[in-house]
Amino acid sequence: MHPAPSVIFFTTFSGLGFGLLMWLGLGIPAVTGWTAFAFFAIAYVLAVGGLLASTFHLGRPERAIKAFTQWRSSWLSREAWCAVGALVSMGLYGAGLVFLETRYDLIGLVGAALSLATVFTTSMIYTQLKTIPRWHMPLTPIKFLSFSIAGGALLSGQVQVAVFLLLVAGTVQILTWIKGDKAFAQSGTTIATATGLGSTGTVRAFEPPHTGTNYLLREFVHVVGRKHASKLRVISLLLMVVVPVVLMILPFFSHFLAVLALITHIAGVLTARWLFFAEAEHVVGLYYGMR
Amino acid sequence: MEGWKMTTLPKHTEKKLGLVIDLDTCVGCHACVISCKGWNTENYGAPLSDQNAYGADNSGTFLNRVHSYEIQPEGDAAAQLIHFPKSCLHCDDAPCVTVCPTGASYKRVEDGIVLVNETDCIGCGLCAWACPYGARELDQAEGVMKKCTLCVDRIYNENLPEEDRQPACVRTCPSNARHFGDLGDPDSDVSKLVAERGGIDLMPEQGTKPINQYLPPRPKDTLLPDAGEEFDVLAPFLEPVASEPKGFLGWLDKTLEKL
Repeated sequence: MHPAPSVIFFTTFSGLGFGLLMWLGLGIPAVTGWTAFAFFAIAYVLAVGGLLASTFHLGRPERAIKAFTQWRSSWLSREAWCAVGALVSMGLYGAGLVFLETRYDLIGLVGAALSLATVFTTSMIYTQLKTIPRWHMPLTPIKFLSFSIAGGALLSGQVQVAVFLLLVAGTVQILTWIKGDKAFAQSGTTIATATGLGSTGTVRAFEPPHTGTNYLLREFVHVVGRKHASKLRVISLLLMVVVPVVLMILPFFSHFLAVLALITHIAGVLTARWLFFAEAEHVVGLYYGMR
Repeated sequence: MEGWKMTTLPKHTEKKLGLVIDLDTCVGCHACVISCKGWNTENYGAPLSDQNAYGADNSGTFLNRVHSYEIQPEGDAAAQLIHFPKSCLHCDDAPCVTVCPTGASYKRVEDGIVLVNETDCIGCGLCAWACPYGARELDQAEGVMKKCTLCVDRIYNENLPEEDRQPACVRTCPSNARHFGDLGDPDSDVSKLVAERGGIDLMPEQGTKPINQYLPPRPKDTLLPDAGEEFDVLAPFLEPVASEPKGFLGWLDKTLEKL
């Protein structure tokens, strides 16, 4: 799959922002007044910024409002509802904390649930696609959720919880890679089933339909970056899990190191998200003799 | 508001209109590609745009593309070249419809055709991601998703002579490799053809239940050796004169062998 910057930024930053909102909704950390304002401002910049980035890949962004209509069948539509629901309820809850110094527990819990639901629905947009076997498995939503919750913990300054959750998220990521590497072969889709010609003999793509490229090849057949995939996996794991965890367990952990931990975490998640797309192989590539 | 339309799939369609593509007779001339592009650029919906059409890095939107595959049978048999036209298969369980967030993608109850309402499409591209066949392409000029309409503006068009009321690709095919009809009716010509020739689904494991069917190539004639005796009366005269070299050539052969 083509690793479009808009979707990489969207999933990384909105995941982080909604993760922070979830913790704030649970009242962790228990902030009020201007401190609460700062936390909510960071969460909203990340969540809303991510959502806005996602509209850049639309062909017709001016009609984006229509995406709210098909919640009955479409995960993308459900994501739109959950995101608006989370932002509105967390906005009310945050206003209570900032301006009235009052905690409306119920609104906070609803907002936390909707924040997680937003990350879950985002992940289901990818998970539902049978055409991309690497994504089509239960580990995909688990990975999105675990990174969102761990990143939120890191942002909200809960050192011990963040260390634990980052290690969990890192484990889920490694499992996703192990299982994902076998997914295409296990899907059973091959050039033989794609053409239906397998019973006659061994099928080989002889000539593509056009001498030039096309939308399908640009969008679905991305082979350029894959040769460095294993190196990038190690780099992303070091940046998003290992370095932040090491920094946080240092005896002289400080605010400066916390910022450093956050920056490396984000850089690592961006790398892993790039790999999420670049390594994903769409079955349509088989028609072109490519993956 | 005209009803509460949702991009869920209809439980049942009255007809299952679709194509039957004969891989045995397709000669790979790409006439269907051109007629499709022509009709669908000049008629219903946004035109099928080209980018940098006369430059080095040209590409464009097509609803029908012809691939070519080589099949190498087991053993020594000669490889076969199969031309393979591919367009929307108007699946019964179309994954492209249910992923659409806006309701732009839908499957018609009356005939099973999968269409895009271009004024509702936001160009998110998710339907193209969900399609295993590469049947949908996002038009780069218009920013909306384009796909085969089964020439819905021809097949019911009473302004056209009756013989033209079929998809442009079918009408233009010079080798009669493309057939159009109701695959939901077991007595239709296309259904009989599929039954007779053993029509196949593409990627059945994807669970899309495609309507369009592909007819596999017929077994090829075998050439020599055993077929020779029956029809080739000249065969005995064409036998090699000397199977084992004798005389000077025989000596040379043996000498070279020893070196």
